[in-house]
Amino acid sequence: MKKKAITSWSLAFALISVLAGCSGNHATDAGSNQEETTISFMHLWPEGNSTAHYNIVNDIIAKYEEQNPGIHIEVEVLSNEQYKEKIKVLSSSDQLPDVGMTWAAGYLKPYVEGNQFTPLNDLLEGEFADLFVPGTVDAYTIDGKTYGLPLELNIAPIFYNKAIFDQYGLNVPQTYEDFKNVVNVLTENGVAPIALGNKDRWTGSLWYMYLADRIGGPELLTQAINGEKSFNNPELTQAAEETQNLVKADAFVKGFNGLSDQEAKSLFMNSQAAMYLIGSWDLPNYTTNEDVPQEFRDSIGYFKFPEVNENSDANSFVGGPGVGLFVAENSDVKEEAKDFVQYFIEQWGEQAVTKAGVIPATKVDTSKVDLHEMYISVLNDLNNASNITLFADVQMNPDDAQVHLDLIQALFGVEVTPDEFTKQHQEALTN
Amino acid sequence: MNKVLSNKFMIALYVLPALILVAILIFIPLGLTGYYGLMEWSGIGAMKFIGLENYKEVIKDPKFWNSVLHSFLLALFSTLSLGVYLLISLILASKIKGSSLLRKIYLIPMLLSSVAIAQLWMKVYHPTNGMLNRFLSILDIDNPPAWLADPSIVLYAIFIPILWQYAGFYILIYYAALKNIPEELIEAANIDGATPWQIAMKIKIPLISGIIKVTVVLAIVGSLKYFDLIYVMTGGGPNGASEVMASYMYKEAFGSYHFGYGSAIGFFLLIITLVTTFFIRKLTASKDDVQY
Repeated sequence: MKKKAITSWSLAFALISVLAGCSGNHATDAGSNQEETTISFMHLWPEGNSTAHYNIVNDIIAKYEEQNPGIHIEVEVLSNEQYKEKIKVLSSSDQLPDVGMTWAAGYLKPYVEGNQFTPLNDLLEGEFADLFVPGTVDAYTIDGKTYGLPLELNIAPIFYNKAIFDQYGLNVPQTYEDFKNVVNVLTENGVAPIALGNKDRWTGSLWYMYLADRIGGPELLTQAINGEKSFNNPELTQAAEETQNLVKADAFVKGFNGLSDQEAKSLFMNSQAAMYLIGSWDLPNYTTNEDVPQEFRDSIGYFKFPEVNENSDANSFVGGPGVGLFVAENSDVKEEAKDFVQYFIEQWGEQAVTKAGVIPATKVDTSKVDLHEMYISVLNDLNNASNITLFADVQMNPDDAQVHLDLIQALFGVEVTPDEFTKQHQEALTN
Repeated sequence: MNKVLSNKFMIALYVLPALILVAILIFIPLGLTGYYGLMEWSGIGAMKFIGLENYKEVIKDPKFWNSVLHSFLLALFSTLSLGVYLLISLILASKIKGSSLLRKIYLIPMLLSSVAIAQLWMKVYHPTNGMLNRFLSILDIDNPPAWLADPSIVLYAIFIPILWQYAGFYILIYYAALKNIPEELIEAANIDGATPWQIAMKIKIPLISGIIKVTVVLAIVGSLKYFDLIYVMTGGGPNGASEVMASYMYKEAFGSYHFGYGSAIGFFLLIITLVTTFFIRKLTASKDDVQY
């Protein structure tokens, strides 16, 4: 019961700090020029652990304030988990900042239903819309209205250790048969083929999603989640079966269901596993991060998830936008806030990849920027992507997502049959 | 002093600060939890009153009863381990060499935060690089289990650090109680020719039976509402194999955004703990503490 008490106290403190924040606003308003408009802005990149992001944001704000005299951007920074908590509390008392950050699809839904975010469709009417990589904005669109504009975009390729591959004379697999062969050769030689931290569950979901994508075609999984098709269909069941075949072939590191993604990553980065499927947000570790030994970084490459059958398209990716910007529905300065959002996204798109290694959701002209070749190659893959399937746990409502993630862990642990796996998904999604 | 205590107003004044704190920190949130349990609420936006639906659903939820079972297993093992702690305390209290150093060593886990303990044991249990499996492979044991990933082992694997964490606490309590036993009683027994075993069973343990009852209640209540290590080490997984009541409550309320349902689970947790405590008190009740 103490937990409850702590929760309600932290809520109380959060509210008090909100009230304090508000009174601060009024003080500055009254003290300075009458014309001054204040836009409150909350983001989740603190100076400590996201220095590059933090500096870009400050730079953009400084430029914007310079170009728009009379507008003052008031920034509040919280780290990821605290940010999520605070946004939740603020929204329940209609106190959201004018501009803030949100995640796509399932996360967005409760806020849209609670009428907290304002549609940004008017911004997307002009040339501005063409800046975005096609499809990225859709993840923030509910019933034809767009409630957020994405800042990040990721795809998940399979990273692999060239040194290990060379040692056993392996080549990058072109087909799924090749891939299974790579797995077999590695296990026969006592090398763990794939690092997977399935305690976090979304990591295993990536593998299932790719198999579903390659076996049933790029659209199938999304349609099943939307309810356009049943989840309980042969192809999705076959994908589940194929997942279990990989488990049975010892393709994943030992004890993967008890390892976190961080632990799996450290196995890969210590060359204790040959492959690792993760989002392109991990690229700095294999390219520019000076804390990682140069020798290791040079030995890492990536390949696209191989094709399984005639439905497959290797240019279809699992991935999607990360955080995006929203404007609060009950903001007093909606127009100014929208203008700021537009400016922010344009500027972010120019600086993010070169300065912070973040792939923005806006198009990047690779000929104009000086980047590590792996970045260029990922950006090219993004430009040529035939489809990007949004992470399943982000696509679903939060409660369906929990069912999905638990089932993923059970599937990898061979505790459910492929048939039950898809059946239980269908039940959860139609509830 | 008596004059002060005869004044009703003064009594109220002295009691009030503590009472207000307890009310705000414990009783009001408790009531609110019960109230939220009547709502369909995602934690964002409006609540919808649905009566006792959440509570009915909790009763029918197999995942919940699974977590209850795990919590009671933990309570059982905690209680059994008290016997071991008592034995250790008896040895420590019998003036062996280095007992004060050993006592301090036993207390060390108490001084670590739960998250640090969890991190430590995750390293111990790591399937390939962990201390435990490295040790087993030296002993030529092929294919040692993946402790935190195997659903049939994970629960017991987690119990060990939990019990280890609190060992020092109970040993300290027993040690202090044993040290309080008057020396004359032991001497008298020695003169009468009692063996150390007889002294322990017939004199020492009966004399500290009051303390033992308290520790049993502490161990059981603490186990039933246990959360920390499980949340950090496995998050209740894989697939609910190490889920306990408190971690399931957290998962429902903050993971699935079923705030009302989570509150209902929290309320059940409270009731189960209360009822269990009540029965333990009944079972261990005796007329009076033993006196010699």
